[in-house]
Amino acid sequence: MSELLAQHPILVVSLTKIIVLMFLLMTALAYLTWFERKVVAHIQSRWGPYRAGPHGLLQPLADGLKFLFKEDVTPGGADRFIYFLAPFLSMSLALTSIALIPFGPKDITVFGQRTGLAVADLNIGLLFLFAITSLGVYGVALAGWSSNSKYPLLGGLRSSAQMVSYELSLTMSVVGVLLLAGSFNLREIIAAQSGFVRGILPRWNIIASPMPQLLGFLCFFTAAIAETNRLPFDLPEAESELVAGFHTEYASFKFAMFFLGEYASMVTVSCLATILFFGGWLSPFPESPLFAWTRFLPTALLAAGGLWVILDGVRYETIFGRILLPLLGLALCALAYGVSRPGVVDFVQGPFWFLAKVFVFLFLYIWVRGTLPRFRYDQLMAVGWKLLLPVSMANVVLTSFAIVVGKR
Amino acid sequence: MTAELVIFFLLAGLAVAGALNLILQRHPIHSALSLVVVMMALAGLYLLQGAEFIAAVQIIVYAGAIMVLFIFVIMLLNAGEEERTNLSRMARWVGLPLGIFLLLQLVYWIGRAPEAPATVAASPAQTRKLAMMLFQEFVFPFELTSILILIAILGALVLAKKES
Repeated sequence: MSELLAQHPILVVSLTKIIVLMFLLMTALAYLTWFERKVVAHIQSRWGPYRAGPHGLLQPLADGLKFLFKEDVTPGGADRFIYFLAPFLSMSLALTSIALIPFGPKDITVFGQRTGLAVADLNIGLLFLFAITSLGVYGVALAGWSSNSKYPLLGGLRSSAQMVSYELSLTMSVVGVLLLAGSFNLREIIAAQSGFVRGILPRWNIIASPMPQLLGFLCFFTAAIAETNRLPFDLPEAESELVAGFHTEYASFKFAMFFLGEYASMVTVSCLATILFFGGWLSPFPESPLFAWTRFLPTALLAAGGLWVILDGVRYETIFGRILLPLLGLALCALAYGVSRPGVVDFVQGPFWFLAKVFVFLFLYIWVRGTLPRFRYDQLMAVGWKLLLPVSMANVVLTSFAIVVGKR
Repeated sequence: MTAELVIFFLLAGLAVAGALNLILQRHPIHSALSLVVVMMALAGLYLLQGAEFIAAVQIIVYAGAIMVLFIFVIMLLNAGEEERTNLSRMARWVGLPLGIFLLLQLVYWIGRAPEAPATVAASPAQTRKLAMMLFQEFVFPFELTSILILIAILGALVLAKKES
C-alpha cells in the first residue's frame, strides 16, 4: 500500500476519494427514497413508511434486501446484451457526474497528499457534466427497446424525444452564468459569485448584477426535472398509460439500478443548481461580527437533531428506543461538539452551506412531484420548444447586453 | 512506452474495433451503438491532445444528440436485422479497387507526415483561443455554415409538412 502510494500518489488518493464518496452517496440515495416517501405521504395526509424501524428509518434497508433477493426475470426475445447494458449505463453515468461536484472550498489531506473536496476538478467541469447527462438518455431508450415489449418501447421513444428536446434548453439556460463567470470550471463559477451587494445581499447569480439569472434558473430547473424524468415530466414511465414505461420488464437489482440512477441524477442536478445560481458553498451571511453566530449553525443543528433523536427514541420500548437511538443521538451531539472546535469550524462552513442548499432543492423536487399532475405529451413538447428554449435564448441575449453595457 | 502512448493505443484500438463492429453487426441498433463507441474513443483521443473543449463537444453533439436521434429513428421504424448479401457487381469492380486505392493513399501520406506536434497541456486558454478564432478570424465562414444548416432545416420542414 505505502509502496503504491509512493509511486502513484494521485491514483491512490483518487481511489480513496471515490470509495468514500460512493459509500456516502449510496447511503444518501437510500435515505433520499425514504425522505421522498415521507414528504409525499405527508403532502397527501398519510404517514408513509412507519413499520420498519422508528419512523420507517429501516425501510431503505428492507427495500435494498428485497431488491437483492427478488427473482430476476429476463423477458423472452429480449436483446440480452443491451437489456443488461441499459440499467448499468443508467446508474454508472449518473454516479460519474457526481465525481465532478466540488463540495467545499478547503483542501483536505489524504495519505499526506493535499487534495480538493471533489474527485475531479476539470477546466471544463460544466461541459463535461453536460456531456455525461446527454449520454444518460441511452440507458432509458435502450432499456425500452431491448425489452421487446410494447409499453417499454413507447416509454423509450418518449424519453429519447423528451430528453433531446429539453437538453437544448438545459444547456442554453446556463450560458448566462458562464458569461458572468467567464469559466467552465465549477470552482471558478462559485468563486465569481463571492461578495455582497451593500454588505448584506449576497452576489449569487440568481440576483447578480448586471443581469439576475432568475429566468435562467427557472429554465434550468424545469429542464432539469424533465432531463431526470421526474414528475410532472415523467412521461417515459407514466404509470397510468404505460404500466411502468421503459422499466416495465425490469425486476430485482436491475430495476434498483434504474432507481439509483434516477436519484443520483436528482442529487447532481440539485448540486448544479446550487453551484450555478445559488453561490455553491458560499454562506448567505456576510463576514461581520453581527453574523459571527452563523458559524455555529452546523453545531446547533446537529445538537438539536441529536437531542431530538434521544427524546423521541425513548418512547419506543424496544432495543431501538432503549439503546440504539440514544446512542445515535449521543453520536450526533459528539459530532456537534466536534464541528464547533476551532479549525474544524472553518472547514465545515463550506460543505455545510453546500449540503443545506442541495437539500432545499431535493425537497423542491419532491414537493413538485407531490403537487403537480403529469403533463400531456403534446404539452410537454410545447413547453420545451415554444417556451423554455426561446426564454433561455432571450436570457443569453439579455445577459450579454447587460454585461457589455455594464462594462462601459 | 509512456502512459500517454498506452492510452493512445487503447483508444485507437477501441475506435477501430468499434468501427469494424459497426460494419459487421447485422442489427441497426448494434451498429448505431458501435458508432457511439467510436465517437467516445475519438473524444478520448482529443482529450489526449489537450483539446478538452472539442472532446466535450464531440460527446455532447455526436454521442449525446445525433446518435440519440439515429437510435430514435431506428426504434420508431422498428428496423429488423439486415440480411447479408453478396457484393454487387458495382461494389466488386469499382468499389473495391477505389477503396484499396484510398487506403494506400492514406498509408502513403501518413507515412510522409512530418513529426507530430507536441501535445499541448489542457488549459482554459485553449478554449478561449478557440472562441476567438471562431468569432473573429473565421466569423464569416462560421456564420455561413449556420445559414447553410438553417436552410437544411427549412428544407426538411417543407418536405415533412402535410399537403393541405
